[in-house]
Amino acid sequence: MTLLHFFILLPLLAAVAIGIIYKFQKNIHLGWFVLPVPFVIVSYLFTLIPNIQSGSNIYKPLNFMPRIGMNFDVYIDGLGLLFAILISGIGTLVVLYSIGYLSQDEKLGNFYIYLLMFMAAMLGVVMIDNVLMMYMFWELTSISSFLLIAFWTTKEKSTYGAQKSMLITMFGGFMMLGGFILLGSITESYSIREMIQSSDLIASSGVGTLAVILILFGAFTKSAQFPFYIWLPDAMEAPTPVSAYLHSATMVKAGLYLVARFTPVFMWSTTWVNTILIVGLITLLWASFNAVIKDDMKAVLAFSTVSQLGLIMSLLGVGALAVTAGFNEEIFTVAVIAAVFHIINHATFKGSLFMVTGIIDHQTGTRSIKRLGALLTIMPISFTITLITAFSMAGLPPFNGFLSKELFLEAMFEISQSNVSFLSAISVLFPLLAIVGSIFTFVYSMKLLFGVFTGESFDTPKEPSEAPVLMLISPAILASLVVIIGLFPNILSNTIISPAASAILDRQNFVDVSISFWHGITPALLSTILIVLVGAVLYYFRDSWAFVYNYIKEAYTLNNLYDQLLKQSTYYSNKATQSLSTGFLRTYLLYIFGFFVLFNFMTMFRTGLNLDLSDLAPIGIQEVILVFVILISLGIIMMTKSRMVSIIMLGAVGFSMALFFVFFRAPDLALTQLAIETVTTTLFLVCFYHLPKVSKLPETRQFKLTNFVIAVLVGLVSILIGLSAYSHRIFDSISEYHIEHVYDLAAGKNMVNVILVDFRGYDTVFETVVFAIAGIGIYILMRMTSRRKDDGNEEHS
Amino acid sequence: MKSTLKRAGYKALQRQMNDVHLQFISKVAFFIITMFSFNLFFAGHYTPGGGFVGGLLMSSAVLLLLIAYDIKTLEKMLPIPLKFLISLGLLFALGVPLFLMIFGKPLFTHALTDISVPILGDIHIHSAVFFDLGVFLVVFGATILILVSVGGVKD
Repeated sequence: MTLLHFFILLPLLAAVAIGIIYKFQKNIHLGWFVLPVPFVIVSYLFTLIPNIQSGSNIYKPLNFMPRIGMNFDVYIDGLGLLFAILISGIGTLVVLYSIGYLSQDEKLGNFYIYLLMFMAAMLGVVMIDNVLMMYMFWELTSISSFLLIAFWTTKEKSTYGAQKSMLITMFGGFMMLGGFILLGSITESYSIREMIQSSDLIASSGVGTLAVILILFGAFTKSAQFPFYIWLPDAMEAPTPVSAYLHSATMVKAGLYLVARFTPVFMWSTTWVNTILIVGLITLLWASFNAVIKDDMKAVLAFSTVSQLGLIMSLLGVGALAVTAGFNEEIFTVAVIAAVFHIINHATFKGSLFMVTGIIDHQTGTRSIKRLGALLTIMPISFTITLITAFSMAGLPPFNGFLSKELFLEAMFEISQSNVSFLSAISVLFPLLAIVGSIFTFVYSMKLLFGVFTGESFDTPKEPSEAPVLMLISPAILASLVVIIGLFPNILSNTIISPAASAILDRQNFVDVSISFWHGITPALLSTILIVLVGAVLYYFRDSWAFVYNYIKEAYTLNNLYDQLLKQSTYYSNKATQSLSTGFLRTYLLYIFGFFVLFNFMTMFRTGLNLDLSDLAPIGIQEVILVFVILISLGIIMMTKSRMVSIIMLGAVGFSMALFFVFFRAPDLALTQLAIETVTTTLFLVCFYHLPKVSKLPETRQFKLTNFVIAVLVGLVSILIGLSAYSHRIFDSISEYHIEHVYDLAAGKNMVNVILVDFRGYDTVFETVVFAIAGIGIYILMRMTSRRKDDGNEEHS
Repeated sequence: MKSTLKRAGYKALQRQMNDVHLQFISKVAFFIITMFSFNLFFAGHYTPGGGFVGGLLMSSAVLLLLIAYDIKTLEKMLPIPLKFLISLGLLFALGVPLFLMIFGKPLFTHALTDISVPILGDIHIHSAVFFDLGVFLVVFGATILILVSVGGVKD
């Protein structure tokens, strides 16, 4: 365990501490205690930059579950470091901002615990080399995102959005796991670096393309690409710091990270390039087109995030051509550089825009562009920040968005001119799609800026005023980064962009990056001028062409499809459950034992059954007596009408079983059986009072006969299994291993207990967890029923 | 007899019934069983026993008191923070294996060391004990919680 492992887990440890602090400390805003965590992490990560810059990537292995290949191996190269810095850096700013945004009355403990959980998960995703471990952290990001979106649990929209995001991203994540396991079984390793080594093997395996598709599902759902983008706008119900952090700067970029990371693995695949490129461009166009019509500032930003993610995705698609064999590498390297650069730029300007939106919501009480206006004089600082960031988003000089958008357009022109055989038929479309998407981007950027800050003023729920300094610091820092990166892009180029780009391309020597404003009159520059001109015209006459949106019918949208799917599946699963569950334990036992008998007999008929009865131990007189005791008790249970007698007789059966264990020299089992028997008998007695009178159901002869048959069959099958397990010794018994190593490996002498706590400790952990859940579950159920009864009584009285 | 009791208000009578013998014996037996359960727990690595049985025995000791008295009296006699015990147990059961990873070994590779304490002499410290303590606490806490919450429902 090294410092790097520790820093990944640090937010989780901090989350525990925050939980305790929250309980005992109410005066100081909880955010101040959280703030040092991301700050320490980002400071540490900055010290790693020289290492990475000198070309020495960091690899720190740590075994977790080596037997199945799931290890906590940290690997940091340019790409991982870039994302890690973004996560912890933006995290610091977001925590600072949230101190101003969330008041002390909110459930701050929950909020920061979820946020820290997310931070750890996200750091894990970008810094871990082992795909299985990465998948674990990947799903943890989905879970924490779910919890954060549903932070205001009483709002119906929040829970709807949370559920939607979880269903969609987890669906993708699950697909991705399938892809990982495919790759793992082909390459016999779960390390991404080793997968890169054996990408030829994957190409020739025949199922490589399937793995491509499965992994892309994961990337597209997480990064909200078409057609999975629908969860992101609904996720905007989360508190604004969360939207700024998870749903624009970091979590939604996990999909981009995945694509970038796996580009060298799939360098042979044309499906990889085509799908990423085309899906990315469609997302860019469709989302920016939709963003224009939205009124809610956050909805505009949500769609804008989707479209920008599509932009970066398409760039990664073009960039993947650079490693695909047989193409001019240098041309497509530009696309990778542009993608990395735009990831940074997008985090700065979009994070800042979200924060300003939060400020406006906080200060005026509304986010609707229609109800806002003329805030320019009231909120000058917010206006300045929005001006810088919105211009950057629109791609205007001298801000950083201009530079990366130029590179984007350049890459799109390159690909249309280059002779890529499998894309040549539609290659003319790429720059066209890019330009149209950029025009809409320009329009909604302007709408966001001028719609809120200029025009006539409206009455807002709150009297607007400039935000407190605490809330302005973070967006101001991001906005100044926008300007600084815009003016001096080359401070990033060799420190971060170049290592990250060469990590994506899997090159040893760094790619040469120099970003400059003036390239001469290029097609990219001309199309930027075109974008600005057309965009300005469209913005000015926006009311006269808005009718085109009326053609989008509610019934044909993806959202409607999702809602219908959810509704139908809920309905049918309810129906299926209801048809199976009667509420009687005996029905369920019938299912369980029925299938038990059925499948065992099927197996026996298939494989044949031969019993070897020659080697059985002799039956002693004490065992015969015990069997008779058990039989008599069982007989009494069947005869008696009194429940009390049944319970006691059931206890007698249990204690006799314990005696059996004693005879068979299993003291551990005997002890446990005795203790359990005592507890369960008491439990029965406690429940006694609550149970209804014995069997209200009329028992027909047929009912009894079915039960009889099943009981006999279950007994028969059990006996057969026992005997045949004794007769067939196909494998050596594992107990030999345990007996041999119980002292030297585990320093214990009682084998049963060593197995429990050491050799098979996982089982024990999970059983313990199940036990705890059962206990707490029953406690909650009982309290709920008694509370409901209380409420009922109050209503009656 | 039952019908006479019922006529005389069996329910009310039942609450007042005091079984002095049972109550006295259970008070004494409680400590003996508790001691035995601790013994089982600590001996677990070498002789039969362990966290699960220990926890069950401990809870049966409390159960004896529960039978002799009623839930309200029990809560006054032994105010056990059950939910806290469960969470503490989970912390041990999940935390110990994770904590052990600090030493750079795979999950569930236990560590052990000998320390010498004055008076008591050399003591084995085995991380499995702490893990088992977690199991003990969860089993004990959850069992009693189930019984108390089922038995304590008001009608």
